[in-house]
Parts: sequence; structure tokens; C-alpha cells
Amino acid sequence: MITSKNLHFSYSSQKQFSFPDISCNDKEALLILGQSGRGKTTFLHLLALLLQPDSGNIHIAGKELSGLSSTERTNIRAKNLGIIYQRAHFVSALSVLDNILLSSYLAGNKQDKEKAGYLAEQLGFAEHLHKKTTQLSQGEQQRVSIARALMNNPNVILADEPTSNLDDNNCQKVIDLLKKQSFSIGASLVVVTHDQRLKDEFPNQVFL
Amino acid sequence: MNLLKISLANLKEKKLNSFLSAMLLTLGIGMISLLLLLNKQLDEQFRRNIKGIDMVVGAKGSPLQLILSSIYQIDAPTGNVPLSEVNSLKRNPFIKNVIPLSMGDNYHGFRIVGTTTKYVDHFQAKIAEGSMFSQPMEVVLGSKAAKNSALKIGDTFASSHGLDSDGDAHNDKKYKVVGIFEPTGSVVDQLVLTNLESVWEIHEHAEAPAAGVKENDPAHEEDMAEPHHEDEKQVTSALIQFRNPMGLITIPRQINENTSMQAALPSIEINRLFSLLGVGIDTLRVLALVIIVIAGVSVFISLYSSLKERKYEMALMLSMGATRTKLFLMLLMEGLLLAVTGYLAGIILSRAGLWLFGRAAEQDFHYSIREFNVLPEEIYLLAGALILGLLAAALPSLGIYRLNISRTLAEE
Repeated sequence: MITSKNLHFSYSSQKQFSFPDISCNDKEALLILGQSGRGKTTFLHLLALLLQPDSGNIHIAGKELSGLSSTERTNIRAKNLGIIYQRAHFVSALSVLDNILLSSYLAGNKQDKEKAGYLAEQLGFAEHLHKKTTQLSQGEQQRVSIARALMNNPNVILADEPTSNLDDNNCQKVIDLLKKQSFSIGASLVVVTHDQRLKDEFPNQVFL
Repeated sequence: MNLLKISLANLKEKKLNSFLSAMLLTLGIGMISLLLLLNKQLDEQFRRNIKGIDMVVGAKGSPLQLILSSIYQIDAPTGNVPLSEVNSLKRNPFIKNVIPLSMGDNYHGFRIVGTTTKYVDHFQAKIAEGSMFSQPMEVVLGSKAAKNSALKIGDTFASSHGLDSDGDAHNDKKYKVVGIFEPTGSVVDQLVLTNLESVWEIHEHAEAPAAGVKENDPAHEEDMAEPHHEDEKQVTSALIQFRNPMGLITIPRQINENTSMQAALPSIEINRLFSLLGVGIDTLRVLALVIIVIAGVSVFISLYSSLKERKYEMALMLSMGATRTKLFLMLLMEGLLLAVTGYLAGIILSRAGLWLFGRAAEQDFHYSIREFNVLPEEIYLLAGALILGLLAAALPSLGIYRLNISRTLAEE
């Protein structure tokens, strides 16, 4: 579960953002819609603890998250958050499987190959596990990054424009998988996008 | 999954860059290591044979040539001197030992040296089989000469004139093998020793030099320049030991001024030889250092450019829970892995080089070089390579501490 209150952030005195309060319970999904330049990515980075808000606060899994050191934020992010970026990025030298295991390794969790295999099965790229990530199509890459986000059983899954580079067919597939998988591990799913195709997929919506 | 695995994967991903860096380091380290090895072994070989010989007398000519031919048996002798003049040195109170040497023949490239048992005692050569030579035309073989010529005790052979195996043979007189020495690690191993009388006997009924013999071949000088007289026996040179170091001051000058012989001091000549070689060695060493520095620059450039490409990866790993120090260590490890690879390959390369050099030296001079142990200097070389790898990796990798995660992730 994730909630935010009165979040405010400024890059400079001209470029200031105030964000609406949000709340997303476990097993629920929330769509944050907004056009370019409205601070969608900034909002997601605030929720992902990658940026520090000027004011306001965020609760994740019932914990108040202000006034933490950067190491503490890194730990909470690694353990409680799964993040999916607009374009799937990977450590290019590593195989698909190793990229998925990497998130467990960096979070200090056990590297569960069976779980990675199971997720790959569920997300439909089991036959690509030992390939390099660059050999996969964009749709496949995005599904791998979903598996990576799920590896540590996060409390919240944050997705930044997960479908904007995908065709309609892949878009539908990826969003269905995201919803299904985050529901199955009991996580809150927050999707930030300008992709109008997703409007009908989410009952809960917030506009920036 | 661990840091080492990621580092290795990154190096493998940039195969050509990694290969270039490691290869440059291999070349640099290999060259330095080979120079160290050669220097040490040559030095050892030269010093071992020089031990206890304070002075060499022989016919006038190049003192270095006299030393090389009389002590190391690798150059042509300077000519002959009368035995009587050599023997008169024995009366000098400063002189302890005079070991006369007479050369000019060989068997399959192994020099036949006429001398006295003092020569054998000086190199502490022990008889492994058979007995010491006592009659003219009896020979004792050095261990290597015995092995390579396949001669056994009781065998007889005709020597060839000159110092190359293709000289014309003295077929009328045959040497007889009576003993074989144990390996000594000195010049004796590659010689065939006999007494002085044998050499005189062989050349007593002087044959005319065969066609094709070089005019100024020192080995033939005795035949051509001076006719043989029973009363004027000649030797090629003599090794001298002093009773005390005072001899060094006066005797060489006396000999050079008052006799037909010249005196050469091995320590001075060998130092001169090494200082001549030293110029080349120093140049090579500087070249090797330059290559090593270029290797460092190559590691730096390849990490720097790959880091620029991998900026997003780094931000991603940081967002996934990696600490900056962890990633810094990962990048350092890439530099260290290259350094260690280059070092190991360099050490192996230098051994291969030494082996090749040793084979050539064995063929040409019958000297063997076969010590492949790691030298203490090579430990410093390892430390140097590691420091180089660390520095070359650390400089570009410090950027990881300045990386803005959010901006990097948002940029793409």
C-alpha cells in the first residue's frame, strides 16, 4: 500500500510541481494520467524515493518515509518497491536470467532461480532466459523488466510509461500481466502514463 | 550472481577493448620480465665461471676476446704464447696458480681443451665415471659434451681442426675417452678436457691447413705463423690466481709492458661487456615501461568510454539497491582483472621467450639457460601492475559517486 500527501518538488524557482494526493491499497491498481511536461516522471521518482520532496510525505506499507538517509531509502526501495521504466533497461553484459537475479542480489535477498524460471514461464519468455537482453523484442524486454520488478515480492509496483513504446497487441499483453502479477503477490500497482489506451483498464485514475 | 561475475561479464562484453588492454600489459610485463630473467641468468653464468680467476694471460689482442675465449669458451682465441713465458709467471711471489690452456680443436662443436688437472680442480669437477686423463690422447668429457656427442668410455674419436664442427679431421691420431665429469654448472660441462701434451702431439706433424680455412683464423695461427720446434712449446692462454690482491696492481702492467703476452682482468672486462649490453637493456626497459603506461591508458580509456555507455546501467543498479561503493568496487575489479590477466600472460610470455633464447644459446654456445622460477623483482612487477590497474580503473570510476540517479533514469 502506498499513499502520498501534499507532495511538492522544485527543480528551480520556475520549474515547480505540486502533486495530488494519492492512495493505492494492496491488490489495487491506480492509473496516473498526464500529458508530457506535467511532472509524471518526477512524481514517480518521488514515490520511488529516487528524489526527495521539498515538502509532503509518503507512506509505504504503513511506514512514514520522510527524514531518511539515502542508504535507508535505497534499502526500502530495494525491498519494497518494484520499478518498471518506460524503456526496459538492463545490464547489457548479463543474460536475461542474470538480470532478473540481479535485483535479488542487489536487494540482499536469496537468488531464487526457480522463482525466476516460474516468472519467466508466467510472463511468457521462458525460452529466452539464457539470451542477452538485447536479443529480445521490446515487448519481451518489458515483460522481463516486470519479472525483475516482481522478484523481491515488493509491496508496491511503480510503472513509468510501461506501454508507450509498445504496439497495441503488446500493450494489452503487458498491462494484463502487470495487473495479474501484482494482484497475485498482493502488491499495489501504480502506473504513470500518457498512454490513452490504458484509460479503460483502470477504474482508479488520477489526472496530473 | 555477484560482483566478480558482473565484472567478468562486462569484460567479456567488451572483448576487443579488454583484449587490447591485456595484450599491451602482457607485452610490457613480458618484456621487463624477460629482461630481468636474461640479465640474472647471464650475470650468474658469467660470474660463476669467473670465480677465482683473477687474471688471464694470452697473446696480444682484444682483452675481452681473451677473456671470452679462455674463460667462457665462446670466442676465438687471440693466438698462442710460448709455454716458457707462461711458466716464468709461476716464479712471481704474488701468483698462486697458473693454469695453462691450449685450444684449437673440437669434436662436434665441443671444444677440446688441453690443460692440467688444476683446471679440473679449479671448477671442482668430479669424475662421474671412469678416471682422469693421465696419458696423452686420453680425454675426459664434460657432462653435456658426453650427453650430446653420445661418446662412451673406451670410445675413440678424431678431433676436427678449428672451433667449428666442420673443420677438417685429424684422422691419423685418435683421442680415447677415459672418463666423464659430473655436471658442474660451469663451462667444464661443455668441454672435452685432455692434457697439454695431447694437443701438442696432434699438431706436431703439422699438416698444411686445408683449403677453405680462413687466413686469420686464430685456431690456425700456430700452424701458419710459427713453425713448430720441440723446444718451443706453446699454449693458447693461461688462467692466473693471485696469492693476494696486491698482484692486481703490478702484475698486469708488468706483463703488458715486458712480455709478448697481454694480461686481462676478467672482472673489468665483464663489467665492460655488461655496460655495453646495458645500453641496449636500458633502452628495452624504457620501451617496456612505455608500453605498460600505454596499457594503463588503454584500460583507462576503455573503462571511461564503457562507463559513459553504461551510465544508465549504473543508475539502474543504484536504484535497485546497489551502493555506490559496491559499483565502484565492481569497476575496480574490472581494472584489476585486466592487470592480473596481463601480468600472468606476461610472465608466461617471458618464460616462452627465455626458452626460445635458451635453445638458441644452447645451439650456438652450448650454454643452457633453464631457470624459470619467479624472481623477487617479478613480485614488485605484480604490485606495479595491480597499482596500474587500480589507478586506471579508479580515475574514471570515481564518476559513480557523482552520478545523479533520478536524472539519468529520466533522461532516456
